[in-house]
Amino acid sequence: MDHSSSLEKLLRSVAITLVLVFFLFPIVWIFLMSLQTNETILRIPPSIAFTPIIDNYTALITGQLRTAAGSLQLNFMQNMFNSVLLSVCSVALSLVLGVPAAYAFARFKFRLGEDIAFTLLSFRFAPALLVLLPLSLYFKTLGLTNTYIGLIWVYQLICLPLILWIVRGYFEDISPDIEHAYRIAGNSWWRTFTRISIPLAKPGIAAAGLLAFIFAWNNFVFALILASADKQPVTVGALAFVTASGIQYGQIAAAIIISITPTLALALYAQRYLVEGLSMGAVKG
Amino acid sequence: MTAAATEMRTPVKQSRFMRRALPYILSLPALLMCIGILIPFFTAVYYSMLRYRMNLPAMKGFIWFQNYVNFFTDPKFWNTVYISLTYAFLTVVLELLLGLGIALLLQRPSRFNNIASILLLLPLMTAPALAALMWKLMTHPDFGVLSYLLTLVGIHDFKWASNPDTALFTVVLVDMWVYTPFIMILLLAGLRSLPKAPFEAAALDGVPRSFVFFRITLPMLMPYIITATLFRLLDSIQQFDIIYAMTQGGPGDKLLVFQVQAYLDFFQATNVGRSAALMVILWAITYALSNVFIKQWLKLRERAHGAH
Repeated sequence: MDHSSSLEKLLRSVAITLVLVFFLFPIVWIFLMSLQTNETILRIPPSIAFTPIIDNYTALITGQLRTAAGSLQLNFMQNMFNSVLLSVCSVALSLVLGVPAAYAFARFKFRLGEDIAFTLLSFRFAPALLVLLPLSLYFKTLGLTNTYIGLIWVYQLICLPLILWIVRGYFEDISPDIEHAYRIAGNSWWRTFTRISIPLAKPGIAAAGLLAFIFAWNNFVFALILASADKQPVTVGALAFVTASGIQYGQIAAAIIISITPTLALALYAQRYLVEGLSMGAVKG
Repeated sequence: MTAAATEMRTPVKQSRFMRRALPYILSLPALLMCIGILIPFFTAVYYSMLRYRMNLPAMKGFIWFQNYVNFFTDPKFWNTVYISLTYAFLTVVLELLLGLGIALLLQRPSRFNNIASILLLLPLMTAPALAALMWKLMTHPDFGVLSYLLTLVGIHDFKWASNPDTALFTVVLVDMWVYTPFIMILLLAGLRSLPKAPFEAAALDGVPRSFVFFRITLPMLMPYIITATLFRLLDSIQQFDIIYAMTQGGPGDKLLVFQVQAYLDFFQATNVGRSAALMVILWAITYALSNVFIKQWLKLRERAHGAH
Protein backbone atom coordinates (compact mmCIF):
# COMPACT_ATOMS: atom_id res chain seq x y z
CA MET A 1 0.00 0.00 0.00
CA ASP A 2 3.05 2.22 0.28
CA HIS A 3 3.35 2.63 -3.45
CA SER A 4 -0.29 3.52 -4.01
CA SER A 5 -0.79 6.52 -6.22
CA SER A 6 -2.23 9.76 -4.97
CA LEU A 7 -5.29 9.23 -7.17
CA GLU A 8 -5.98 6.01 -5.35
CA LYS A 9 -5.53 7.70 -2.00
CA LEU A 10 -8.05 10.33 -3.05
CA LEU A 11 -10.56 7.70 -4.17
CA ARG A 12 -10.13 5.86 -0.89
CA SER A 13 -10.76 9.01 1.15
CA VAL A 14 -13.86 9.81 -0.90
CA ALA A 15 -15.18 6.28 -0.43
CA ILE A 16 -14.58 6.32 3.33
CA THR A 17 -16.24 9.71 3.59
CA LEU A 18 -19.32 8.48 1.73
CA VAL A 19 -19.50 5.41 3.97
CA LEU A 20 -19.26 7.53 7.12
CA VAL A 21 -21.94 9.92 5.85
CA PHE A 22 -24.34 7.07 5.08
CA PHE A 23 -23.92 5.44 8.48
CA LEU A 24 -23.72 8.53 10.67
CA PHE A 25 -26.06 10.99 8.97
CA PRO A 26 -29.29 9.44 10.33
CA ILE A 27 -28.09 9.70 13.93
CA VAL A 28 -26.93 13.29 13.47
CA TRP A 29 -30.11 14.30 11.67
CA ILE A 30 -32.46 12.79 14.27
CA PHE A 31 -30.41 14.51 16.98
CA LEU A 32 -30.87 17.86 15.19
CA MET A 33 -34.60 17.15 14.86
CA SER A 34 -34.84 16.53 18.58
CA LEU A 35 -33.69 20.12 19.19
CA GLN A 36 -36.36 21.72 17.03
CA THR A 37 -39.96 22.79 17.28
CA ASN A 38 -42.52 21.35 14.91
CA GLU A 39 -42.47 24.58 12.91
CA THR A 40 -38.76 24.40 12.12
CA ILE A 41 -38.97 20.66 11.42
CA LEU A 42 -41.73 21.19 8.89
CA ARG A 43 -39.86 23.96 7.05
CA ILE A 44 -39.12 23.32 3.41
CA PRO A 45 -36.34 23.19 2.48
CA PRO A 46 -35.01 21.56 5.67
CA SER A 47 -32.20 23.57 7.13
CA ILE A 48 -29.68 23.16 9.86
CA ALA A 49 -29.98 26.84 10.77
CA PHE A 50 -32.31 26.97 13.74
CA THR A 51 -32.28 28.00 17.37
CA PRO A 52 -31.92 24.78 19.34
CA ILE A 53 -34.48 24.17 22.07
CA ILE A 54 -34.51 21.52 24.76
CA ASP A 55 -38.28 21.60 25.27
CA ASN A 56 -38.70 18.18 23.67
CA TYR A 57 -36.38 16.65 26.23
CA THR A 58 -37.93 18.45 29.19
CA ALA A 59 -41.39 17.33 28.07
CA LEU A 60 -40.22 13.70 28.00
CA ILE A 61 -38.36 13.91 31.28
CA THR A 62 -41.04 15.72 33.28
CA GLY A 63 -43.79 13.72 31.61
CA GLN A 64 -45.80 16.87 30.97
CA LEU A 65 -46.48 18.05 27.47
CA ARG A 66 -48.22 21.43 27.27
CA THR A 67 -49.65 22.31 23.90
CA ALA A 68 -52.19 24.84 22.70
CA ALA A 69 -54.82 22.10 22.91
CA GLY A 70 -54.07 21.39 26.56
CA SER A 71 -51.80 19.28 28.70
CA LEU A 72 -50.79 15.73 27.88
CA GLN A 73 -49.28 13.04 30.10
CA LEU A 74 -46.22 11.25 28.73
CA ASN A 75 -44.97 8.05 30.26
CA PHE A 76 -41.64 7.86 28.53
CA MET A 77 -39.54 7.84 31.71
CA GLN A 78 -41.48 4.74 32.79
CA ASN A 79 -40.40 3.08 29.50
CA MET A 80 -36.85 4.11 30.22
CA PHE A 81 -37.05 2.63 33.72
CA ASN A 82 -38.48 -0.60 32.29
CA SER A 83 -35.65 -0.86 29.77
CA VAL A 84 -33.03 -0.44 32.50
CA LEU A 85 -34.73 -2.89 34.84
CA LEU A 86 -35.34 -5.61 32.24
CA SER A 87 -31.86 -5.40 30.69
CA VAL A 88 -29.92 -5.19 33.95
CA CYS A 89 -31.83 -7.97 35.70
CA SER A 90 -31.80 -10.37 32.77
CA VAL A 91 -28.07 -9.86 32.15
CA ALA A 92 -27.27 -10.25 35.87
CA LEU A 93 -29.32 -13.44 36.07
CA SER A 94 -27.73 -14.78 32.89
CA LEU A 95 -24.23 -14.07 34.19
CA VAL A 96 -24.88 -15.83 37.50
CA LEU A 97 -26.22 -18.91 35.74
CA GLY A 98 -24.25 -18.76 32.52
CA VAL A 99 -20.66 -18.27 33.72
CA PRO A 100 -20.52 -21.50 35.81
CA ALA A 101 -22.22 -23.39 33.00
CA ALA A 102 -19.74 -21.98 30.48
CA TYR A 103 -16.94 -23.16 32.77
CA ALA A 104 -18.44 -26.64 32.98
CA PHE A 105 -18.67 -26.92 29.19
CA ALA A 106 -15.13 -25.63 28.73
CA ARG A 107 -13.40 -27.75 31.36
CA PHE A 108 -15.24 -31.04 31.63
CA LYS A 109 -16.11 -33.52 29.00
CA PHE A 110 -19.28 -35.00 30.40
CA ARG A 111 -22.17 -36.99 29.13
CA LEU A 112 -24.91 -34.72 27.74
CA GLY A 113 -22.55 -31.75 28.03
CA GLU A 114 -22.33 -30.98 24.34
CA ASP A 115 -26.04 -31.74 23.87
CA ILE A 116 -27.01 -29.28 26.59
CA ALA A 117 -24.70 -26.65 25.15
CA PHE A 118 -26.18 -27.01 21.68
CA THR A 119 -29.74 -27.03 22.97
CA LEU A 120 -29.06 -23.73 24.72
CA LEU A 121 -27.40 -22.36 21.59
CA SER A 122 -30.28 -23.36 19.35
CA PHE A 123 -32.59 -21.01 21.27
CA ARG A 124 -30.57 -18.23 19.72
CA PHE A 125 -31.66 -19.22 16.22
CA ALA A 126 -35.30 -20.19 16.63
CA PRO A 127 -37.87 -17.66 15.38
CA ALA A 128 -39.02 -15.58 18.35
CA LEU A 129 -42.70 -15.70 17.47
CA LEU A 130 -42.73 -19.50 17.29
CA VAL A 131 -42.56 -19.61 21.08
CA LEU A 132 -43.86 -16.13 21.91
CA LEU A 133 -47.34 -16.68 20.53
CA PRO A 134 -48.16 -19.82 22.56
CA LEU A 135 -46.26 -18.28 25.45
CA SER A 136 -48.58 -15.29 25.43
CA LEU A 137 -51.49 -17.68 26.03
CA TYR A 138 -49.63 -19.52 28.82
CA PHE A 139 -48.65 -16.23 30.45
CA LYS A 140 -52.29 -15.22 30.46
CA THR A 141 -53.26 -18.43 32.27
CA LEU A 142 -50.37 -18.16 34.72
CA GLY A 143 -50.93 -14.46 35.38
CA LEU A 144 -47.46 -13.63 34.08
CA THR A 145 -48.62 -11.34 31.27
CA ASN A 146 -47.34 -7.85 31.85
CA THR A 147 -45.16 -8.75 34.84
CA TYR A 148 -41.46 -7.99 35.22
CA ILE A 149 -40.78 -11.57 36.33
CA GLY A 150 -42.27 -13.03 33.16
CA LEU A 151 -40.45 -10.54 30.95
CA ILE A 152 -37.09 -11.02 32.67
CA TRP A 153 -37.41 -14.75 32.22
CA VAL A 154 -38.01 -14.31 28.49
CA TYR A 155 -35.20 -11.76 28.19
CA GLN A 156 -32.66 -14.06 29.79
CA LEU A 157 -33.47 -16.63 27.14
CA ILE A 158 -31.53 -14.52 24.66
CA CYS A 159 -28.85 -13.31 27.11
CA LEU A 160 -27.88 -16.66 28.59
CA PRO A 161 -26.95 -18.57 25.41
CA LEU A 162 -24.89 -15.60 24.23
CA ILE A 163 -22.97 -15.38 27.50
CA LEU A 164 -22.55 -19.13 27.65
CA TRP A 165 -20.95 -19.38 24.23
CA ILE A 166 -18.68 -16.37 24.43
CA VAL A 167 -17.43 -17.06 27.97
CA ARG A 168 -16.91 -20.74 27.18
CA GLY A 169 -14.41 -19.75 24.48
CA TYR A 170 -12.46 -17.68 26.99
CA PHE A 171 -12.35 -20.44 29.59
CA GLU A 172 -11.06 -22.83 26.95
CA ASP A 173 -8.19 -20.46 26.27
CA ILE A 174 -7.06 -20.48 29.91
CA SER A 175 -4.54 -23.20 30.58
CA PRO A 176 -5.90 -25.68 33.13
CA ASP A 177 -2.38 -26.03 34.54
CA ILE A 178 -2.71 -22.70 36.32
CA GLU A 179 -5.87 -23.85 38.07
CA HIS A 180 -4.31 -27.17 38.82
CA ALA A 181 -1.27 -25.66 40.48
CA TYR A 182 -3.52 -23.53 42.68
CA ARG A 183 -5.56 -26.56 43.69
CA ILE A 184 -2.53 -28.63 44.54
CA ALA A 185 -1.48 -25.82 46.84
CA GLY A 186 -4.48 -26.88 48.90
CA ASN A 187 -7.27 -24.58 47.74
CA SER A 188 -10.83 -25.76 47.29
CA TRP A 189 -12.41 -26.06 43.88
CA TRP A 190 -14.70 -23.10 44.55
CA ARG A 191 -11.81 -20.91 45.64
CA THR A 192 -9.89 -21.80 42.50
CA PHE A 193 -12.89 -20.98 40.35
CA THR A 194 -13.52 -17.59 41.94
CA ARG A 195 -9.88 -16.56 42.51
CA ILE A 196 -8.21 -17.86 39.36
CA SER A 197 -10.62 -18.84 36.60
CA ILE A 198 -13.09 -15.97 36.77
CA PRO A 199 -10.47 -13.20 36.99
CA LEU A 200 -8.61 -14.71 34.04
CA ALA A 201 -11.79 -14.85 31.94
CA LYS A 202 -12.84 -11.35 32.97
CA PRO A 203 -12.42 -9.71 29.52
CA GLY A 204 -14.64 -12.40 28.06
CA ILE A 205 -17.23 -12.03 30.78
CA ALA A 206 -17.22 -8.26 30.28
CA ALA A 207 -17.59 -8.61 26.51
CA ALA A 208 -20.39 -11.16 26.83
CA GLY A 209 -22.23 -9.14 29.48
CA LEU A 210 -21.96 -5.98 27.43
CA LEU A 211 -23.22 -7.65 24.28
CA ALA A 212 -26.07 -9.34 26.15
CA PHE A 213 -27.06 -6.00 27.66
CA ILE A 214 -27.19 -4.39 24.23
CA PHE A 215 -29.23 -7.28 22.82
CA ALA A 216 -31.66 -7.05 25.72
CA TRP A 217 -31.94 -3.27 25.49
CA ASN A 218 -32.58 -3.39 21.75
CA ASN A 219 -35.16 -6.13 21.96
CA PHE A 220 -38.54 -5.18 20.61
CA VAL A 221 -40.74 -8.18 20.01
CA PHE A 222 -40.84 -9.73 23.51
CA ALA A 223 -42.44 -6.75 25.17
CA LEU A 224 -44.58 -5.96 22.12
CA ILE A 225 -46.35 -9.27 22.67
CA LEU A 226 -46.05 -9.89 26.41
CA ALA A 227 -46.41 -6.44 27.99
CA SER A 228 -48.74 -3.50 27.96
CA ALA A 229 -47.82 0.17 28.11
CA ASP A 230 -46.68 0.40 31.76
CA LYS A 231 -44.13 -2.43 31.45
CA GLN A 232 -42.88 -1.76 27.95
CA PRO A 233 -39.25 -0.76 27.26
CA VAL A 234 -38.24 2.22 25.15
CA THR A 235 -38.18 0.31 21.87
CA VAL A 236 -41.90 -0.37 22.03
CA GLY A 237 -42.70 2.87 23.84
CA ALA A 238 -41.07 5.08 21.22
CA LEU A 239 -42.95 3.33 18.44
CA ALA A 240 -46.24 3.95 20.21
CA PHE A 241 -45.46 7.68 19.97
CA VAL A 242 -45.93 7.57 16.21
CA THR A 243 -49.60 6.76 16.48
CA ALA A 244 -50.28 8.70 19.69
CA SER A 245 -52.14 11.94 19.09
CA GLY A 246 -50.69 15.25 20.17
CA ILE A 247 -47.08 14.08 20.14
CA GLN A 248 -44.80 16.21 18.01
CA TYR A 249 -42.07 15.05 15.70
CA GLY A 250 -39.41 16.70 17.81
CA GLN A 251 -40.50 14.64 20.79
CA ILE A 252 -40.37 11.41 18.81
CA ALA A 253 -36.85 12.34 17.76
CA ALA A 254 -35.88 13.19 21.35
CA ALA A 255 -37.33 9.88 22.55
CA ILE A 256 -35.25 8.02 19.96
CA ILE A 257 -32.10 9.89 21.00
CA ILE A 258 -32.70 9.16 24.70
CA SER A 259 -33.38 5.50 23.89
CA ILE A 260 -30.28 4.88 21.81
CA THR A 261 -27.87 6.89 23.95
CA PRO A 262 -27.16 4.14 26.55
CA THR A 263 -26.18 1.51 23.98
CA LEU A 264 -24.22 3.95 21.83
CA ALA A 265 -22.38 5.30 24.85
CA LEU A 266 -21.57 1.78 26.04
CA ALA A 267 -20.37 0.87 22.56
CA LEU A 268 -18.03 3.85 22.38
CA TYR A 269 -16.82 3.44 25.95
CA ALA A 270 -16.11 -0.26 25.71
CA GLN A 271 -15.66 -0.78 21.98
CA ARG A 272 -12.62 -3.00 22.43
CA TYR A 273 -14.63 -5.51 24.46
CA LEU A 274 -17.52 -5.20 22.11
CA VAL A 275 -15.57 -5.95 18.94
CA GLU A 276 -13.89 -8.83 20.68
CA GLY A 277 -17.21 -10.18 21.92
CA LEU A 278 -18.79 -9.89 18.50
CA SER A 279 -15.97 -11.68 16.73
CA MET A 280 -15.65 -14.27 19.50
CA GLY A 281 -19.37 -14.88 19.50
CA ALA A 282 -19.51 -15.36 15.79
CA VAL A 283 -16.12 -16.74 14.92
CA LYS A 284 -14.36 -18.30 17.82
CA GLY A 285 -17.25 -19.44 19.96
CA MET B 1 -9.88 -28.59 21.14
CA THR B 2 -7.99 -28.14 24.33
CA ALA B 3 -11.04 -28.79 26.49
CA ALA B 4 -11.33 -32.43 25.58
CA ALA B 5 -8.02 -33.36 27.09
CA THR B 6 -8.17 -31.27 30.20
CA GLU B 7 -10.59 -32.97 32.50
CA MET B 8 -9.61 -32.07 36.05
CA ARG B 9 -7.47 -34.67 37.69
CA THR B 10 -8.55 -35.29 41.27
CA PRO B 11 -6.74 -33.26 43.83
CA VAL B 12 -6.77 -34.61 47.33
CA LYS B 13 -9.97 -33.54 48.98
CA GLN B 14 -12.55 -34.08 46.28
CA SER B 15 -14.81 -37.09 46.49
CA ARG B 16 -15.49 -39.24 43.47
CA PHE B 17 -19.14 -38.28 43.55
CA MET B 18 -18.39 -34.57 43.60
CA ARG B 19 -16.02 -34.93 40.70
CA ARG B 20 -18.65 -36.62 38.56
CA ALA B 21 -21.48 -34.36 39.66
CA LEU B 22 -19.68 -31.04 39.40
CA PRO B 23 -20.21 -30.36 35.69
CA TYR B 24 -23.91 -31.08 36.10
CA ILE B 25 -24.21 -28.93 39.20
CA LEU B 26 -22.61 -26.08 37.28
CA SER B 27 -24.62 -26.38 34.10
CA LEU B 28 -28.03 -27.56 35.29
CA PRO B 29 -29.28 -24.24 36.72
CA ALA B 30 -28.73 -22.60 33.34
CA LEU B 31 -30.45 -25.47 31.58
CA LEU B 32 -33.41 -25.52 33.96
CA MET B 33 -33.84 -21.78 33.57
CA CYS B 34 -34.09 -22.17 29.80
CA ILE B 35 -35.71 -25.57 29.40
CA GLY B 36 -39.18 -24.18 30.04
CA ILE B 37 -39.08 -22.68 26.57
CA LEU B 38 -39.58 -26.16 25.13
CA ILE B 39 -43.18 -26.18 26.43
CA PRO B 40 -44.41 -23.31 24.23
CA PHE B 41 -42.30 -24.76 21.42
CA PHE B 42 -44.14 -28.09 21.49
CA THR B 43 -47.40 -26.26 22.03
CA ALA B 44 -46.72 -24.34 18.82
CA VAL B 45 -46.15 -27.58 16.95
CA TYR B 46 -49.39 -28.94 18.41
CA TYR B 47 -51.33 -25.75 17.56
CA SER B 48 -50.06 -25.99 14.00
CA MET B 49 -52.13 -29.17 13.67
CA LEU B 50 -55.31 -27.62 14.99
CA ARG B 51 -58.14 -25.83 13.36
CA TYR B 52 -57.99 -23.08 15.95
CA ARG B 53 -59.50 -19.65 15.53
CA MET B 54 -59.98 -17.66 18.68
CA ASN B 55 -63.11 -16.00 17.31
CA LEU B 56 -64.66 -19.39 16.45
CA PRO B 57 -63.89 -21.58 19.49
CA ALA B 58 -66.56 -24.12 18.55
CA MET B 59 -64.67 -25.09 15.41
CA LYS B 60 -61.51 -26.03 17.29
CA GLY B 61 -60.30 -29.51 16.38
CA PHE B 62 -57.31 -31.65 15.53
CA ILE B 63 -56.76 -31.76 11.78
CA TRP B 64 -53.29 -33.31 11.47
CA PHE B 65 -51.37 -31.58 8.70
CA GLN B 66 -54.28 -29.82 7.06
CA ASN B 67 -52.89 -26.34 7.83
CA TYR B 68 -49.70 -27.27 6.00
CA VAL B 69 -51.53 -28.87 3.10
CA ASN B 70 -53.63 -25.74 2.73
CA PHE B 71 -50.46 -23.69 2.28
CA PHE B 72 -49.72 -25.38 -1.03
CA THR B 73 -52.69 -23.79 -2.72
CA ASP B 74 -52.60 -20.56 -0.72
CA PRO B 75 -51.21 -17.64 -2.75
CA LYS B 76 -50.84 -15.66 0.48
CA PHE B 77 -48.42 -18.27 1.76
CA TRP B 78 -46.34 -18.25 -1.41
CA ASN B 79 -46.26 -14.47 -1.25
CA THR B 80 -44.83 -14.75 2.27
CA VAL B 81 -42.20 -17.23 1.10
CA TYR B 82 -41.31 -15.06 -1.88
CA ILE B 83 -41.03 -11.82 0.13
CA SER B 84 -39.04 -13.43 2.94
CA LEU B 85 -36.55 -15.04 0.58
CA THR B 86 -36.20 -11.87 -1.50
CA TYR B 87 -35.65 -9.79 1.61
CA ALA B 88 -33.09 -12.23 3.03
CA PHE B 89 -31.26 -12.58 -0.29
CA LEU B 90 -31.10 -8.85 -1.00
CA THR B 91 -30.00 -7.81 2.49
CA VAL B 92 -27.36 -10.51 2.82
CA VAL B 93 -25.82 -10.00 -0.62
CA LEU B 94 -25.80 -6.20 -0.41
CA GLU B 95 -24.50 -6.18 3.15
CA LEU B 96 -21.81 -8.67 2.28
CA LEU B 97 -20.57 -6.65 -0.70
CA LEU B 98 -20.70 -3.35 1.16
CA GLY B 99 -19.26 -4.83 4.35
CA LEU B 100 -16.38 -6.42 2.47
CA GLY B 101 -15.72 -3.18 0.62
CA ILE B 102 -15.60 -1.17 3.84
CA ALA B 103 -13.43 -3.78 5.57
CA LEU B 104 -10.94 -3.58 2.69
CA LEU B 105 -10.96 0.22 2.88
CA LEU B 106 -10.25 0.18 6.61
CA GLN B 107 -7.90 -2.81 6.56
CA ARG B 108 -4.67 -0.93 7.30
CA PRO B 109 -4.59 -0.22 11.05
CA SER B 110 -4.21 3.54 11.33
CA ARG B 111 -5.62 6.00 13.80
CA PHE B 112 -8.18 7.31 11.34
CA ASN B 113 -9.25 3.84 10.19
CA ASN B 114 -9.69 2.67 13.78
CA ILE B 115 -11.82 5.67 14.68
CA ALA B 116 -13.90 5.15 11.53
CA SER B 117 -14.50 1.49 12.35
CA ILE B 118 -15.59 2.42 15.88
CA LEU B 119 -18.01 5.04 14.58
CA LEU B 120 -19.44 2.49 12.16
CA LEU B 121 -20.43 0.37 15.16
CA LEU B 122 -23.07 2.91 16.13
CA PRO B 123 -25.84 1.81 13.72
CA LEU B 124 -25.33 -1.79 14.86
CA MET B 125 -25.87 -0.67 18.45
CA THR B 126 -29.13 1.06 17.56
CA ALA B 127 -32.24 -1.01 18.22
CA PRO B 128 -33.54 -2.14 14.80
CA ALA B 129 -37.07 -1.01 15.68
CA LEU B 130 -35.76 2.46 16.57
CA ALA B 131 -33.59 2.54 13.46
CA ALA B 132 -36.72 1.94 11.40
CA LEU B 133 -38.39 4.78 13.27
CA MET B 134 -35.45 7.08 12.52
CA TRP B 135 -35.70 6.30 8.81
CA LYS B 136 -39.43 6.75 8.99
CA LEU B 137 -38.87 10.31 10.20
CA MET B 138 -36.25 10.89 7.49
CA THR B 139 -38.53 9.61 4.73
CA HIS B 140 -41.69 11.33 5.94
CA PRO B 141 -43.64 12.79 2.99
CA ASP B 142 -44.10 16.20 4.70
CA PHE B 143 -40.68 16.94 6.13
CA GLY B 144 -38.43 13.94 5.45
CA VAL B 145 -34.94 15.13 4.64
CA LEU B 146 -34.31 12.22 2.27
CA SER B 147 -37.45 12.95 0.29
CA TYR B 148 -36.26 16.54 0.06
CA LEU B 149 -32.77 15.54 -1.09
CA LEU B 150 -34.33 13.43 -3.84
CA THR B 151 -36.27 16.43 -5.14
CA LEU B 152 -32.92 18.18 -5.57
CA VAL B 153 -31.87 15.54 -8.07
CA GLY B 154 -35.22 15.73 -9.82
CA ILE B 155 -37.05 12.82 -8.19
CA HIS B 156 -40.36 14.10 -6.92
CA ASP B 157 -42.98 12.30 -4.90
CA PHE B 158 -40.76 9.41 -3.96
CA LYS B 159 -42.99 7.61 -1.44
CA TRP B 160 -40.40 5.30 0.17
CA ALA B 161 -42.10 2.71 2.38
CA SER B 162 -45.66 3.79 1.56
CA ASN B 163 -45.34 2.99 -2.13
CA PRO B 164 -45.72 -0.74 -2.96
CA ASP B 165 -42.94 -0.47 -5.55
CA THR B 166 -40.33 1.04 -3.24
CA ALA B 167 -41.35 -0.40 0.16
CA LEU B 168 -39.01 -3.37 -0.10
CA PHE B 169 -36.16 -1.12 -1.19
CA THR B 170 -36.75 1.10 1.84
CA VAL B 171 -36.71 -1.66 4.46
CA VAL B 172 -33.72 -3.32 2.81
CA LEU B 173 -31.94 0.04 3.06
CA VAL B 174 -32.71 0.25 6.79
CA ASP B 175 -31.54 -3.33 7.29
CA MET B 176 -28.31 -2.46 5.47
CA TRP B 177 -27.84 0.59 7.65
CA VAL B 178 -28.13 -1.48 10.81
CA TYR B 179 -26.36 -4.72 9.90
CA THR B 180 -23.64 -3.92 7.34
CA PRO B 181 -21.33 -2.93 10.24
CA PHE B 182 -21.73 -6.43 11.65
CA ILE B 183 -20.29 -8.02 8.51
CA MET B 184 -17.70 -5.26 8.29
CA ILE B 185 -16.41 -5.99 11.82
CA LEU B 186 -16.15 -9.72 11.27
CA LEU B 187 -14.39 -9.36 7.93
CA LEU B 188 -12.09 -6.66 9.28
CA ALA B 189 -11.10 -8.98 12.13
CA GLY B 190 -10.59 -11.72 9.54
CA LEU B 191 -8.51 -9.54 7.21
CA ARG B 192 -6.26 -8.35 10.00
CA SER B 193 -5.65 -11.88 11.24
CA LEU B 194 -4.48 -13.22 7.87
CA PRO B 195 -0.84 -14.34 7.74
CA LYS B 196 1.46 -11.76 6.14
CA ALA B 197 3.82 -14.12 4.30
CA PRO B 198 1.74 -14.86 1.16
CA PHE B 199 1.14 -11.14 0.59
CA GLU B 200 4.80 -10.26 1.00
CA ALA B 201 5.77 -13.01 -1.40
CA ALA B 202 3.21 -11.82 -3.93
CA ALA B 203 4.45 -8.23 -3.60
CA LEU B 204 8.05 -9.33 -4.15
CA ASP B 205 7.07 -11.23 -7.28
CA GLY B 206 5.12 -8.25 -8.55
CA VAL B 207 1.84 -10.17 -8.76
CA PRO B 208 -1.02 -7.89 -9.92
CA ARG B 209 -3.31 -6.74 -7.13
CA SER B 210 -6.50 -8.12 -8.62
CA PHE B 211 -4.81 -11.50 -8.73
CA VAL B 212 -3.74 -11.16 -5.08
CA PHE B 213 -7.29 -10.26 -4.09
CA PHE B 214 -9.05 -13.08 -5.93
CA ARG B 215 -6.42 -15.78 -5.43
CA ILE B 216 -5.06 -15.03 -1.95
CA THR B 217 -7.20 -12.61 0.07
CA LEU B 218 -10.61 -13.93 -0.88
CA PRO B 219 -9.91 -17.66 -0.42
CA MET B 220 -8.21 -17.07 2.93
CA LEU B 221 -11.07 -14.84 4.05
CA MET B 222 -13.72 -17.32 2.90
CA PRO B 223 -14.39 -18.99 6.28
CA TYR B 224 -15.12 -15.57 7.78
CA ILE B 225 -17.32 -14.63 4.84
CA ILE B 226 -19.31 -17.85 5.13
CA THR B 227 -19.76 -17.47 8.88
CA ALA B 228 -20.88 -13.86 8.60
CA THR B 229 -23.22 -14.66 5.71
CA LEU B 230 -24.91 -17.57 7.42
CA PHE B 231 -25.25 -15.60 10.64
CA ARG B 232 -26.94 -12.75 8.81
CA LEU B 233 -29.07 -15.08 6.71
CA LEU B 234 -30.44 -16.71 9.86
CA ASP B 235 -31.40 -13.34 11.27
CA SER B 236 -32.58 -11.79 8.06
CA ILE B 237 -35.06 -14.48 7.10
CA GLN B 238 -36.65 -13.92 10.51
CA GLN B 239 -36.69 -10.13 10.33
CA PHE B 240 -39.58 -8.64 12.26
CA ASP B 241 -38.56 -5.46 14.09
CA ILE B 242 -37.56 -3.31 11.12
CA ILE B 243 -40.50 -4.27 8.92
CA TYR B 244 -43.10 -4.12 11.67
CA ALA B 245 -41.87 -0.76 12.94
CA MET B 246 -41.68 0.66 9.42
CA THR B 247 -44.92 -0.51 7.78
CA GLN B 248 -46.46 -3.37 9.82
CA GLY B 249 -46.16 -5.51 6.69
CA GLY B 250 -47.81 -3.07 4.30
CA PRO B 251 -48.52 -1.48 1.95
CA GLY B 252 -50.99 -4.24 1.11
CA ASP B 253 -49.19 -7.55 1.31
CA LYS B 254 -45.89 -6.17 0.03
CA LEU B 255 -43.80 -6.82 3.14
CA LEU B 256 -45.58 -9.72 4.81
CA VAL B 257 -42.53 -11.77 5.73
CA PHE B 258 -42.91 -14.90 7.86
CA GLN B 259 -42.88 -13.39 11.32
CA VAL B 260 -44.97 -10.34 10.45
CA GLN B 261 -47.55 -12.56 8.73
CA ALA B 262 -47.65 -14.90 11.75
CA TYR B 263 -48.08 -11.93 14.09
CA LEU B 264 -51.00 -10.61 12.05
CA ASP B 265 -52.55 -14.08 11.70
CA PHE B 266 -52.43 -14.47 15.46
CA PHE B 267 -53.52 -11.05 16.69
CA GLN B 268 -55.67 -9.73 13.84
CA ALA B 269 -57.14 -12.77 12.14
CA THR B 270 -56.88 -14.73 15.44
CA ASN B 271 -56.10 -17.79 13.33
CA VAL B 272 -53.81 -19.54 15.81
CA GLY B 273 -53.48 -22.72 13.75
CA ARG B 274 -52.27 -20.99 10.60
CA SER B 275 -49.94 -18.70 12.53
CA ALA B 276 -48.35 -21.67 14.33
CA ALA B 277 -47.94 -23.67 11.12
CA LEU B 278 -46.23 -20.69 9.49
CA MET B 279 -43.79 -20.43 12.40
CA VAL B 280 -43.04 -24.15 12.36
CA ILE B 281 -42.11 -23.87 8.68
CA LEU B 282 -39.86 -20.91 9.39
CA TRP B 283 -38.33 -22.84 12.26
CA ALA B 284 -37.60 -25.80 9.95
CA ILE B 285 -35.84 -23.45 7.52
CA THR B 286 -33.75 -21.79 10.23
CA TYR B 287 -32.98 -25.14 11.84
CA ALA B 288 -31.55 -26.47 8.59
CA LEU B 289 -29.60 -23.26 8.06
CA SER B 290 -28.28 -23.20 11.60
CA ASN B 291 -26.98 -26.76 11.31
CA VAL B 292 -24.93 -25.76 8.29
CA PHE B 293 -23.90 -22.66 10.16
CA ILE B 294 -22.79 -24.43 13.33
CA LYS B 295 -20.72 -26.93 11.34
CA GLN B 296 -18.98 -24.09 9.55
CA TRP B 297 -18.56 -22.25 12.80
CA LEU B 298 -16.92 -25.18 14.57
CA LYS B 299 -14.51 -25.57 11.66
CA LEU B 300 -13.52 -21.93 11.94
CA ARG B 301 -13.26 -22.17 15.70
CA GLU B 302 -10.94 -25.13 15.45
CA ARG B 303 -8.81 -23.18 13.03
CA ALA B 304 -8.73 -20.18 15.37
CA HIS B 305 -7.73 -22.38 18.28
CA GLY B 306 -5.18 -24.18 16.16
CA ALA B 307 -3.54 -20.87 15.29
CA HIS B 308 -2.59 -20.30 18.93
